[in-house]
Amino acid sequence: MTAGTSTAASGGLDRTAQAGLDHAWGYLFTAEHEELRQTIRRWVDAEVRPHLMAWEDAGWTPASILRRAGELGFLGLAYPTEFGGQGGTAIHEAVLQQELARSGSAGFAAAIGAPMTIATPPILKFGTPEQQERWVPPVLRGERFAALAITEPGTGSDVAGIQTTATKVDGGFVVNGEKCFITGGLRAQQLVVAVKTTAGGGHGGISFLVVERPPIAEGREDDIAYLGGDRGDGITSSLLEKLGWHASDTALMAFQDVFVPEDHLLGELHGGFKLIMANFAWERLSMALGAVAGMDAVLERTEAFVQQREAFGRPIATFQGTRWAIAEMRTKAEACRALTFETLRKHVAGVPALQEVAMTKLLTQRAMVEIADGCLQLHGGAGYMKEYEVERALRDARLGPIGGGTDEIMKDVIGRLMGV
Amino acid sequence: MASDSVLKPDHTATGRHPIFTDEHEELRASIRQFVEKELAPHAEEWEETTFPDSVFTRMGELGYLGLHYPEEYGGQGGDYATQIVLAEEMSRSHSGGLVMGVAVHTDMANPVLKLLGTEEQKQQYLVPALKGEKIACLGITEPGAGSDVAGIQTTAVKDGDEWVVNGSKLYITNGHRADYIVLVVKTDPDAGYGGFSLLLVDMDAPGVVREKRLEKLGMHASDTALLAFQDVRVPAENLLGEEGKGFYHIMWELQGERLIAAAGAVAAAERLVERTLEFARDRQAFGRSIGKFQGIRWKFAEMATKIEAGKQMTYNTAWRVMQGDYPVREISMAKLYTSRMACEVADECLQIHGGAGYMKEYGIERAWRDLRLNRIGAGTDETLLEVIGRSYGL
Repeated sequence: MTAGTSTAASGGLDRTAQAGLDHAWGYLFTAEHEELRQTIRRWVDAEVRPHLMAWEDAGWTPASILRRAGELGFLGLAYPTEFGGQGGTAIHEAVLQQELARSGSAGFAAAIGAPMTIATPPILKFGTPEQQERWVPPVLRGERFAALAITEPGTGSDVAGIQTTATKVDGGFVVNGEKCFITGGLRAQQLVVAVKTTAGGGHGGISFLVVERPPIAEGREDDIAYLGGDRGDGITSSLLEKLGWHASDTALMAFQDVFVPEDHLLGELHGGFKLIMANFAWERLSMALGAVAGMDAVLERTEAFVQQREAFGRPIATFQGTRWAIAEMRTKAEACRALTFETLRKHVAGVPALQEVAMTKLLTQRAMVEIADGCLQLHGGAGYMKEYEVERALRDARLGPIGGGTDEIMKDVIGRLMGV
Repeated sequence: MASDSVLKPDHTATGRHPIFTDEHEELRASIRQFVEKELAPHAEEWEETTFPDSVFTRMGELGYLGLHYPEEYGGQGGDYATQIVLAEEMSRSHSGGLVMGVAVHTDMANPVLKLLGTEEQKQQYLVPALKGEKIACLGITEPGAGSDVAGIQTTAVKDGDEWVVNGSKLYITNGHRADYIVLVVKTDPDAGYGGFSLLLVDMDAPGVVREKRLEKLGMHASDTALLAFQDVRVPAENLLGEEGKGFYHIMWELQGERLIAAAGAVAAAERLVERTLEFARDRQAFGRSIGKFQGIRWKFAEMATKIEAGKQMTYNTAWRVMQGDYPVREISMAKLYTSRMACEVADECLQIHGGAGYMKEYGIERAWRDLRLNRIGAGTDETLLEVIGRSYGL
């Protein structure tokens, strides 16, 4: 019996070693990933953070910053170089997701992230070479805005219930229906839309179409009223006001007799359900990565706050209750990190990890809400004020247990995979 | 070698955590076979009698007491992950007391001997210990000092070539059966944290009194002793490690103990969920198996999620340890998280079992009682919260 003799020399606790590791997840993140992290962080600090409050107030992230992210190559980190991507792996994109979340505005993170994380992967995975060539590179360059449209007023987690129809006509389809909660929907120039292509719909009757919208008139790319109006293609949209995620545009969209050419069908006719399922893993994992980074950010701010805030003659950090509150939250965050990174490792290695992804999403989104709430509490009255950004963290976090598959759906997925 | 865990069906090379190789999975299979065949069938019986010393000799024979010990002392020369495998597979005995009794030997007392022992000490104690011929215990806690290790009152006074030990130790696992104890004593009453030392003491030395067996909530298969030391004379060469460094030695020991406790808690929780899943599939209520109710399914999902998080915390922390890191903060977090998690899982599994869970026959109430110790032993939840909070400068 000689298990593990190859690494025997490194085994055991060496009490002389003091955090001698470069990276606690050295088998996942390399020095190159950490350099990328620093680059993105510097960009966020210099070009994003100074404007965040204004974007939150405006309920809108300006088009220029999306273009800037494209210019810097951040939008195509995990995309093949032939489409203008950086040719990296999901780990590179994971680093970006984390750094976007660290900005403290989930709305901003979604504005930048949604096109690459959810709206373009279906084209990359299921598109023909012509479709890929046409619709992927401009998004990665930040020149064209993309959105994914699945959810409807009458159907969310139950995607089989989609009612938007695409009727076959000569040379294409005519789309009618409504889509809601569409991230980036108002400004989108290309929409990947789930439609019903059989009378019954359901699992075997859903297809995906890429809807290209007319070009945005010059100088109007941040003009909300203009963008929402009919641009000549039968689509109108309006912004939805919401609890958090204020810097992202979330649209209610109506499709009225919208013609879509035949070659805009993505993947197989009636085979759309597969497309929906294919990207869930990465969407959920991205949310988990964002949450883990968001927890770090809000905890760091809170630790700094309790050390300078005094009550009863001493910094509140010196009360045991404060220390334990932080310790509880940090422990929860660490559990989330361990689960998320291991699931990421499996995802990158190509290991089917449906159950682990659902667990990761469930654990992290809930924990982010609890931690943001705990941090708000430690801030006292200041936490309730906009200035400290903790109330935003809590509002933003509350979407986590809903978006990308609710907690309840996650529990059903996990339980069913356990055979109950 | 595939694992049949229902929680993580994928154990291909890439699905497995990087700390494990095929060799570990082979080891896992052998330990599992041994535990299921030779230990598990006796779990109930040993609750009444405590488990026999022959468990140690048998495990010594199989090489399981020395997995992560040097071959020159009879160990297997394996890496730290082999200890994790042992901790995980021992859970299949379904006896917390047995798991703890063995772990005191393999992961608490003897690692100190391996790290600090002189050649003579290793020959005299470690070599027979790895064979299972000598059984070890560890003496930290006293009637007046638990988590507050610095409050230890047992003294050792130098007298010529010997130390004279006086005092008492409480809650000592294996205290009745042990052949030697790694004992924390105060050797300099004026030196504060620098006044403690470790001694290797033969348990049959004159003046060592094994007082009553302590009755307890769970862990009935283990023996838990109150020990008294009355003018016990210990040869000077039995000083383990440096004089005055005992506090720091024991703080180091606690890290390994806590990480192994975390691995054990995760595995115990997994076993409970496996058994409860089986129960929920069989048990009928209102015309269907209770597992088919969404409320029950969600309970399983919640438990599996917590278990998976605890497991990955433990594995990543073990990886760090294997790289030579000393991650006190993360070890504390893993221990805190997994102890609570295991208690919560045990309680939920008992609940899903309904009346049956409350009965001795199903073994769930035993696990529920056994696991409650995890939040106290090897550093209470509260001690760990202090360690973690202070590590952030608070």
